[in-house]
Amino acid sequence: MTAVPSRTRARTDTDPLWLRVLALTLVIGFLGVMILLPLATVFVQGLSRGLAPAWAAIREHDALAALQLTLLIAAISVPFNAVFGVCASWAVAKHDFPGKSLLVSLIDLPFSVSPVVAGLIYVLVFGLQGWFGPWLQAHNISIIFAVPGIVLATIFVTFPFVARELIPLMEAQGTDEEEAAVSMGASGLMTFLRVTAPNIRWGLAYGVLLCNARAMGEFGAVSVVSGHIRGRTDTMPLHVEILYNEYDFVGAFAVAGLLCLMALGTLALKALLEIARPELDSHGV
Amino acid sequence: MATATADRGRPWRRRSAVPGLGLTLGVTVSILSLVVLIPLAAVAARGLSLSPESFARVAFSQRAVHAYLLSLGTALIAAVINALLGVLTAWVLVRNRFPGRRLLDSLVDLPFALPTAVAGISLATLYGPNGWLGAPLARAGITFANNAGGIIIALTFIGLPFVVRTVEPVLRDLAADVEEASASLGATRLQTLIRVVAPSLAPAWITGFALAFARGVGEYGSVIFIAGNMPYRSEITPLLITIELEQFDYAAASAIALVMLGLSFALLLIVNTGQAWMRRSTEA
Repeated sequence: MTAVPSRTRARTDTDPLWLRVLALTLVIGFLGVMILLPLATVFVQGLSRGLAPAWAAIREHDALAALQLTLLIAAISVPFNAVFGVCASWAVAKHDFPGKSLLVSLIDLPFSVSPVVAGLIYVLVFGLQGWFGPWLQAHNISIIFAVPGIVLATIFVTFPFVARELIPLMEAQGTDEEEAAVSMGASGLMTFLRVTAPNIRWGLAYGVLLCNARAMGEFGAVSVVSGHIRGRTDTMPLHVEILYNEYDFVGAFAVAGLLCLMALGTLALKALLEIARPELDSHGV
Repeated sequence: MATATADRGRPWRRRSAVPGLGLTLGVTVSILSLVVLIPLAAVAARGLSLSPESFARVAFSQRAVHAYLLSLGTALIAAVINALLGVLTAWVLVRNRFPGRRLLDSLVDLPFALPTAVAGISLATLYGPNGWLGAPLARAGITFANNAGGIIIALTFIGLPFVVRTVEPVLRDLAADVEEASASLGATRLQTLIRVVAPSLAPAWITGFALAFARGVGEYGSVIFIAGNMPYRSEITPLLITIELEQFDYAAASAIALVMLGLSFALLLIVNTGQAWMRRSTEA
């Protein structure tokens, strides 16, 4: 950071031109090499033999099954985490209780756990050698190497997203409006629906958006619990890996391109939310 | 918030007039326990079920120690790169107006939105022997196959948004007039930077660094395609865990996972303590 001029916003224009150009060039070079080139690589590789093979790779049976599974996983894990996030932030932001900061740290815990470990823990609990493995097998229930395990692992890695977004927002809003509603006789549920929900809906949308992007893109955790049964337990990112390892680069990058388009859609929605609600822009992580 | 002294039997609890604490806290703690805490305890239980000797043998085998050092070292280097270039990026995005700024700003978040496997195959191709960047670099004698360089590239990609996004709001709120005052009182630009800008930036900067670092230590999807995954050379810890799992050696996988969790928690603790200490010393 030492190379950066510390001029005020008003004075930035009077900074030496070479310094501004140098800083801008460095940043554009960095983002170009780290972000734009990888993005371009996906589309160029995916379309290297034209549109038809890429389209065929996406329309292929296993790819469609993977797409369906990915959407199913997101459709279960995202609402689950949204409900949890609202509950947790209601408890944390609107009340005081001992151990609150510990609770917040524990909610954030999944962010500092490797995705592979996130998969491993469910294998240890529900896998054949795991705590409930023998019981589950006796009752013919499969969790690991099946859809429930993928859902659990996805919930784990996306666990903090919504709560993290809502807690600071709800803390900043305080409890005055809720207290007023309650003192005028509104029930708790009514207070939440009529008073709190309208205040947090954009923050919730923002958290859900980030949660959904990670849920559809998770690889490490899902890879451990999925078992890689083609057309059955392969999500889109796992399908990309399989195609790539089979040297089907056009196919791998075609499916990856579809995931890229989803990611770019996420970023576009996020930018729209930030333009509509500038207060959301203050905590991007 | 009303402090109810009449809250008999629970003197520690400041009663809020807002209802629903019991229900929401109950749901939160139950779900947190079922989804996060109890499964995490399973790793500790399985890892510690080994005798101390066999724990040491699997968790501190030569191969495992290489993997820890590689994971920590590459994550550290990538986090440092991101700390330096991230703060520069945030500065340029906040303090300059140029065409395409909004687009560039949005693209900084791409590593959050893009599936890691996609990033992995893309970086592996880009820096591979026939890639746009890999081919010219290979002619210059620099390769990223089977060494730490490729891992650092992948971890730099994954950690890129953290520093930018934590520093950006602080930079935006840092009142320009404070800097102007400092300048008008005769401070040189460097003095303003060190005495005025750096102290207010430091906590967010360190937070971003720690987040990028923690993410890098555990990262898997973006790394395995580019790294070559050679034992003792380019095999990261999460990969070693999956290898043990594929051999159904759950105890070894848990032991390695425990060491990794311990290392990353210890490092985060150091960062947090340092940050608290720094905040106290700037406030004093």
